Amino acid sequence: MLELLKDQFTFSVILALVIVGILNGAVAYCIYFERKISAWLQDRVGPNRVGPLGLLQPLADGGKFVLKEDIIPANVDKPLFLFAPFMALVLGFIGFAILPWGGSVDLDGDGVVDVIAQVADPGIGILYLLGIGGLAVYGVVLGGWANNNKYAYFAAMRATAQMLSYEIPMGLCILIVVLTAGQIRLEEIVLAQVGNGNIWNICLHPVAFIILLTTVFAETNRTPFDLAEAEQELIGGYHTEYGALKFGMFFLGEYAHMITGSGMVIVLFLGGWHLPWIPGLQPEDVSIGAMLLKMSVFGAKIAVFLFFFMWVRWTLPRFRFDQLMRLSWKGLMPISLALMCYTSVLVYAGKATSLAWCLGGELGVVFIVLAINAMRTAPITGRQRNMPAITVHKPAGAP
Amino acid sequence: MIEEKDIIIVDEPDLSTTEKLYLPQVVQGLRTTFKHLFKKNITVQYPEVKREQRVENYRGVHRLNRDEKDRVACVACFMCQTACPANCIHIVAGESPWEDREKYPVQFDLDELRCIYCGMCEEACPVDAIELTPEYDIVGRSREEMVFDKEKLLAVFERTKDVKPRKNPRITGYAGTGDREQSSGNTEGEG
Repeated sequence: MLELLKDQFTFSVILALVIVGILNGAVAYCIYFERKISAWLQDRVGPNRVGPLGLLQPLADGGKFVLKEDIIPANVDKPLFLFAPFMALVLGFIGFAILPWGGSVDLDGDGVVDVIAQVADPGIGILYLLGIGGLAVYGVVLGGWANNNKYAYFAAMRATAQMLSYEIPMGLCILIVVLTAGQIRLEEIVLAQVGNGNIWNICLHPVAFIILLTTVFAETNRTPFDLAEAEQELIGGYHTEYGALKFGMFFLGEYAHMITGSGMVIVLFLGGWHLPWIPGLQPEDVSIGAMLLKMSVFGAKIAVFLFFFMWVRWTLPRFRFDQLMRLSWKGLMPISLALMCYTSVLVYAGKATSLAWCLGGELGVVFIVLAINAMRTAPITGRQRNMPAITVHKPAGAP
Repeated sequence: MIEEKDIIIVDEPDLSTTEKLYLPQVVQGLRTTFKHLFKKNITVQYPEVKREQRVENYRGVHRLNRDEKDRVACVACFMCQTACPANCIHIVAGESPWEDREKYPVQFDLDELRCIYCGMCEEACPVDAIELTPEYDIVGRSREEMVFDKEKLLAVFERTKDVKPRKNPRITGYAGTGDREQSSGNTEGEG
């Protein structure tokens, strides 16, 4: 049995099954916690009728999704209509494959590393995640298109434009990390952060971290960037015509995507499974126990991120579309581009892991961008000064 | 038509520097919502917990009162049925088996779904037999079930007589016991 497990392929298959099993449950409970957290933030109770503390609510919801009538409207593009929810769900899930859950593992305790606790470790590393992230919008786009519904189509258009705009700063931020680590494989990026005196990339590049976080919000279609499902304007957005299990799959896909996105941010900026100074969580701890510990630390970090996602969702209102575009093209993109250039200069000068140089540069770049922004007639945020002047009329008796 | 001169266009205020950065505002918002995470929630778990009665004269489901001799107080005068703006009361009168009144309701149907809970039946009643109670959570599985008959309305009285005592239980005499004066005002407009 152990000999069989020592084969990376067998280990990967088992790990994949376990992780997908756990994450399916986690995704279902994400919906429960989404509702609970929204309730708590609004001084309410939230679901509490189904089972103790309402904990069986996801099962009830799932049962409802399964039992509802599965309607395919008359004028939809049927193959695409059926394909889109699968796309959303599958692309949400396959990103998990390359997340480094628990580092290297020595299964039989002979001091030789047998396998890595990662379903797949392709040489392209982070590019795979980027590719999956880019494809994930197809669930939304195909759904919106196949619906044959103009509102859903609008949603699909919005999602496409949004995805195009936010992929760029996201890619640039990822490049900053890749430049700093000199590595493209996720496990190596984690190890590089540990190797750099336990200084995670968030300490070196806080601004890049914030930009990446913002783009992840946009990539996962979460508030404040959930224009693709702006129900006030677009009915349900891209899933207007979807019902029953197909709607449920879109729903699950969104949460799966959130987990993948937060996993990516954690690996790139927050040290993955690593916590400084705690024994068992260091790269040299390779026992099975250490692997489980690392996995739970990684899971806990993801849970914190998911809470943050939900917290933000129930705090911030949605951006207007022009604001969304302006923020990405005029705000995030120049800043991340400048940061990327600065980081490459640092790498050339051999100062890429120096805290003072990185932080100073980040602050300088942000300051310069803000100064340029202040001088512009059309600033990134706020009212555009190049809009036509407003004449103020007052009625005769007005104060 | 709104005149051009009556329109006030309020200029969107310019954002301050911190507001233009978004992030300080975002953090402020997050702080506000985070505080609410620990606040006591204000939800009332309705079927188990009920809010205290806040309005004395809340107009809920009707009841038919009983007099002190445990008879139905209604004298089938049709005043409520006449006054009802929603036409939800239907009375069938019969000859009273008792000495002190001529008629009594053989059948008294009140459609709680049709009723608009205006309270005019209560005002019209010369003997204070029909009253609206503070009870608001009435349910039924069919429309027919929501047409309350005499027994049902009397049952409401049994349920609610402690919560809301009958307004004037002494008014029972129809044949000149002297108490008639008090409700004489209600007969205005009948002719």
